[in-house]
Amino acid sequence: MKFLCVECDQQMTFARRELPGDGTLAATFKCPKCGRVVAMLTNPMETQLVSSLGVEIGGRTVPAEPFEMVRANVVTGGPAWSGDAQERLARVPSFVRGMVKKIYADYAREHGITEITPAIMDNARTELGLEGM
Amino acid sequence: MRTYHQLTDPDRSGLGDQIGAQRKRVAERLAAVRRIVAVMSGKGGVGKSYVTAHLARGLARAGRSVGVLDADLNGPTIPGLLRDSDARRATQESPEPASGLDGVKYVSMGQFLEEGSPLSFKGPTAESFVWRGAMEAAALREFLGDVEWGDLEVLLLDLPPGMQRYIELCDILGNPPSVLTVTIPTPESRDAVRRAMRAAVDHGSELLGIVENMVGGELKGTAGDDLAAEFATAVVARIPWHPTPDTWNRLAAQL
Ligand SMILES: Nc1ncnc2c1ncn2[C@@H]1O[C@H](COP(=O)(O)OP(=O)(O)O)[C@@H](O)[C@H]1O
Ligand SMILES: [Mg+2]
Repeated sequence: MKFLCVECDQQMTFARRELPGDGTLAATFKCPKCGRVVAMLTNPMETQLVSSLGVEIGGRTVPAEPFEMVRANVVTGGPAWSGDAQERLARVPSFVRGMVKKIYADYAREHGITEITPAIMDNARTELGLEGM
Repeated sequence: MRTYHQLTDPDRSGLGDQIGAQRKRVAERLAAVRRIVAVMSGKGGVGKSYVTAHLARGLARAGRSVGVLDADLNGPTIPGLLRDSDARRATQESPEPASGLDGVKYVSMGQFLEEGSPLSFKGPTAESFVWRGAMEAAALREFLGDVEWGDLEVLLLDLPPGMQRYIELCDILGNPPSVLTVTIPTPESRDAVRRAMRAAVDHGSELLGIVENMVGGELKGTAGDDLAAEFATAVVARIPWHPTPDTWNRLAAQL
């Protein structure tokens, strides 16, 4: 896409890209002749559509990261589990493992914890009175 | 009013070029993959995922490097079939595929989702029909292009029921993948699978043959032979309920 300053009959240049909130994507363009700046605002659905294509309005400044779209857009939910914590979880009998995992995940979420480690599991057990889990 | 092409300064957004770069990334990554095989059926519950996972293990046991891409983003079952421990790997941090039973490499949306949660996307859900398909196709593209598959002899793609994902794949890959078809013996399955095979032929896919699954039990019919005759291909395996590893080794030897 290109933007034309109709008055000056001049192609405008891309200035910047912002996410001001409410799911809006704002891309501003400036006329190099008269200096007028215009912003293109997309509604949330249009913003989703652009991000689903994995493209950036105004062009890419850095190459795409691996899994960029998935990471940015998929609800992955749940904190990460350290290797030790995963091992400990694997020792929980399988018929209650899902429930136990959810208890720790909920605890982490409530406490703003992004990675569950054995130490965090210990804290959760003590605080929630879940000795033996 | 001017046209796009009359404005001669570069198009900084270059959306077309960005899409082109995405395709190039996939092509470069898959240059080290000798063969891409889509496992499809057009029908759910016939054992596509089961066949994909066990065939992959058979190939791996024969010493062949094999990867599985779980292209069923909304119903990922590959981690359950291939993982060798119950712990979930946080692969969203790593572009390496997970290593499963018999050393099969795999990637699945299941690794990214909270246990038992459906695939959902952040942001407003309004008018999701407009963008959801594009989001799923982008996820598929990232699984193909961003995962460090390494040198692979075969990459198996476990497709969901229906044709949509296959058509997206043809687009993303630029070349139609080879197709291995899975059916159960019944006439209902034959009719659904026929449509899928027709689409595969129309898009120029090579047919590798038909796997007839769940034979020797209560399911009656001759879907495998019927389809093989119609499409001038072969029934490459008839899989009973709970087959032995031998069955898979024999199928693997034919690929
Ligand atoms: N030959 C077989 N023997 C035993 N169970 C099977 C066989 N084929 C499929 N299944 C089981 O049937 C169910 C459906 O198979 P699945 O591979 O998920 O189908 P699809 O991927 O085609 O939807 C799964 O629970 C799977 O384990
Ligand atoms: Mg399946």
